[in-house]
Amino acid sequence: MNLMDYVVAAPEITLLGLICFVLIADLFIDDENRVRTFWISILALGTMLLVLNAIVPDARSVIFSGSYVSDPLSQILKIAAVIFVAIAFLYSRDYLRANEIHKGEFYLLGLIGLLGMMIMMSANSMLTMYLGLETLALSMYALVAIDRNNATSAESAMKYFILGAIASGCLLYGISWIYGVTGSLEFHEMSAAITADPSLNSLPLWFGLAFLIVGIGFKFGAVPFHMWLPDVYQGARTPVTLYIATAPKLAALALFLRILVDGLGGLHDTWAAMIMIIAVLSLLVGNFVAIAQTNIKRMLGYSTIAHVGFILLALFTGTKQGNAVALFYTLTYVVAAAGAFGMIILLSRRGYDAENLSDFRGLNARSPWFALMMMFLMFSMAGVPPFVGFFAKLNVISAVVDSGFTGLAVLMVLASVVGAYYYLRVIWYMYFEDAEDKAVLQASTDMRVVLSLNSVAVLALGIVPGWLLVRCIQILG
Amino acid sequence: MDFSQHLLSILIWLPIIGGAALIAIGDGSDSSSSRAGLMRIVALTTSIVTFLFSIGLYVGFDNAFTDMQFIEKTPWVDSLNVFYSLGVDGISLPLILLTTFITPLVVISSWDTIKSRPAQYFAAFLILEGLMVGVFSALDALLFYVFWESMLIPMFLIIGIWGGARRVYATLKFFLYTFLGSVLMLVAFIYLYGQTGSFDLFDFMGVPLTLGAQKYIFIAFLLAFAVKVPMWPVHTWLPDAHVEAPTGGSVILAAIMLKMGGYGFVRLSLPIVPDGSEYFSGMMIALSLIAIVYIGFVALMQKDMKKLIAYSSIAHMGFVTLGLFILWSFDGGMGAGLGITGGLIQMISHGLISGAMFLCVGVLYDRMHSREISDYGGVANTMPMYAAFMVLFAMANAGLPGTSGFVGEFMVIIASFKANFWYAFLAAGTLILGAAYTLWMVKRVIYGEVANDNVAALKDLNSREFIVLAILAVSVLLVGLWPAPLVDMMSVTVEQLIEQVGHSKL
Repeated sequence: MNLMDYVVAAPEITLLGLICFVLIADLFIDDENRVRTFWISILALGTMLLVLNAIVPDARSVIFSGSYVSDPLSQILKIAAVIFVAIAFLYSRDYLRANEIHKGEFYLLGLIGLLGMMIMMSANSMLTMYLGLETLALSMYALVAIDRNNATSAESAMKYFILGAIASGCLLYGISWIYGVTGSLEFHEMSAAITADPSLNSLPLWFGLAFLIVGIGFKFGAVPFHMWLPDVYQGARTPVTLYIATAPKLAALALFLRILVDGLGGLHDTWAAMIMIIAVLSLLVGNFVAIAQTNIKRMLGYSTIAHVGFILLALFTGTKQGNAVALFYTLTYVVAAAGAFGMIILLSRRGYDAENLSDFRGLNARSPWFALMMMFLMFSMAGVPPFVGFFAKLNVISAVVDSGFTGLAVLMVLASVVGAYYYLRVIWYMYFEDAEDKAVLQASTDMRVVLSLNSVAVLALGIVPGWLLVRCIQILG
Repeated sequence: MDFSQHLLSILIWLPIIGGAALIAIGDGSDSSSSRAGLMRIVALTTSIVTFLFSIGLYVGFDNAFTDMQFIEKTPWVDSLNVFYSLGVDGISLPLILLTTFITPLVVISSWDTIKSRPAQYFAAFLILEGLMVGVFSALDALLFYVFWESMLIPMFLIIGIWGGARRVYATLKFFLYTFLGSVLMLVAFIYLYGQTGSFDLFDFMGVPLTLGAQKYIFIAFLLAFAVKVPMWPVHTWLPDAHVEAPTGGSVILAAIMLKMGGYGFVRLSLPIVPDGSEYFSGMMIALSLIAIVYIGFVALMQKDMKKLIAYSSIAHMGFVTLGLFILWSFDGGMGAGLGITGGLIQMISHGLISGAMFLCVGVLYDRMHSREISDYGGVANTMPMYAAFMVLFAMANAGLPGTSGFVGEFMVIIASFKANFWYAFLAAGTLILGAAYTLWMVKRVIYGEVANDNVAALKDLNSREFIVLAILAVSVLLVGLWPAPLVDMMSVTVEQLIEQVGHSKL
């Protein structure tokens, strides 16, 4: 082990150091000045961006005896994760303060979760992956329960914890089978072992694979492993939902790409069918069930499930194009999701969560600008051009058609039409109905600016989607 | 910078930028404030300047040139090989002119009738105008699709915010119907992209396709365009949308958005899947005739003026699809060109007439807040000037010679006579039906004794309404009496289209 290894792993090491610093600094900050913890955390995330930009991996470097990898994929995912965690913190600050749950732990757990995500993004062996996954999962369980006096939050935290523990168990069980068959935990050795001895590609390996897919499906929130997702989205306080709905999706993508593509890519024929089934189910269940929701957080939860269906369908093709568009889809979806939950936080105020669809009634009269922003976000999620959601869907459909599944593409677009209905319903409430609640929106200037930029980004990325798409193709092509 | 090279981009982006500026200005608290005045001026100026630019397009257009003109082509999304590629030919130019011509009229007609959020209202129309020009000038399938779908957004809001009592139902139905129709077109585009490696419409036209593939692609296109036209039996969104939309929305919907279906058939279905189109042409003719005859009867029974005109639109658009798909019913000769040209002229003419009819209903609605025919009677006594316009447009709608309504329908009927006597028999039959439902409505609304006190209190057209209706009346008569410039504009492109369709792609 040489010194260079530590340079390659500098982002995680720096973040760990910064977490310790935030932890200690927070001890010396009293409740009135808690906002200082926020600023320290934002500074920490800013430092992370600098560190990530300073160390540009031009190719793969595998370190720590093959358990850690740094490549362009981990780079872009980490940068995006840092940015979205920072956005989540920014949107959350005023809400947490108004609702008297402004605790240092929120930022601290958020940062620890980020560390977990970054470990997952750079994992090159099953054990590193599992380590990152648990770091992330444990901080998320605690985050969901952060408002410990709130019964729904506590309930959803328990639900999340129990189901999450089962899923982790499945994953670990699957890992042990794969290890038993291939004799390795490191992804490329696994892949090489399967190539070297095709007879390994048989029932015991498939058995382990099935458990792995259960674990991955759970982390994505894919049907039929989705039951936790709407409950947690609804039960958690909105800032926590915002956190869960954004950056961890990038980590879930890394989980898939590292394990199933890097490690078990040779088994594509076997896992493709399983992934296709859960993807199609996610698409259908997500879109149809979302129609019936009146709670917007829950509705966005089901909408996430539908989007996961799209991401998994891109990954199911197993082509380089498919992987690249899955990355594009995830990145752009997370932008829209951050904006949408940010908008819910914007409409909330002390002791009042704007979590019902009807709370969006007459937003156009209250704030034409933010109604417009929310409209951008909703049309983007619905996949209507010229917003970026359209290009994301277009690319996935194109990848699926290229793989010869035109029928599946037809199903995907029809599901999008079903999905359009519930996004339109939000716009309908905002524009076509009169406001019951005429309170003026209260938000700090920085939140207004960032939320506006966030929402305009879905339009801007839709008008010039080229550069990001090219970047995704360079990374995974 | 040479403007003529970027004329199409100007026509697309100028109104969109104007609309964005209006959103940025925003609505004041009071619509009569000076701010409201400012944005009306911005809206009108933008739309008139756009119209003036489109005249430049007309002047610079060479009728004899067979290829696309005013071409612009820049890479847009490299990794998908998508280009920002624009151009016009004899089919799209008249439709672009119609768009830029109707929009200022709509702005003037809604000058002070829209009380709530006028800035957003005018912004929606301007943005819509830019997107519609985009649809008619896009030469890249993906660009076409982007314009085609984004167009739904402003219309969705126009009907939903400023519409009537059942506006939410109507606008959701409008959006979902058209969205459902279009997404399959997207799959077809992606399939064709897989075959050609680009989204260029001319590459799509050149690529050989099996009959099986052509059938599927035709059906995907058909769903998108038939909903838009709309053809029977996917027309049910239209009466709802028209009835609930504000006057300006109805005008744009009838005058321009319906034409996109017809345009789509000509620009995409016929040249890209000629064999598929031929295979389904019998079905298309049947559907067109059903629209003409059956919807004509439905129109006869309407009690609501807007609904009546909406159904009459469906029937008239039936002539368009009939004219287009009659192509294969000839052994050769000139009938084909006549049918397509007739269909295209019918689109322009219907754009003018239906727009004018909706404006006429709007004039009455602004005064009495009712569209029910039975609430009116004897309007001619109190509004003589209005009555004159209304009767003129009604005659045009019924296809009276000398008005634009006659030219297109007559050409289509002659063409169908050459193809098959029974087609012509059924199509010509509706000339009577058309006259019946339109003139009967005019009789009940305009003529007779003054029906009630409300009608007695009506005031005749103000100068703003007069200007709008007069401009439309002149253009209806102009196209009717002297259609030659329009026909000349189209003829070369239509000939080329027929030749292209004649080449089997199998």
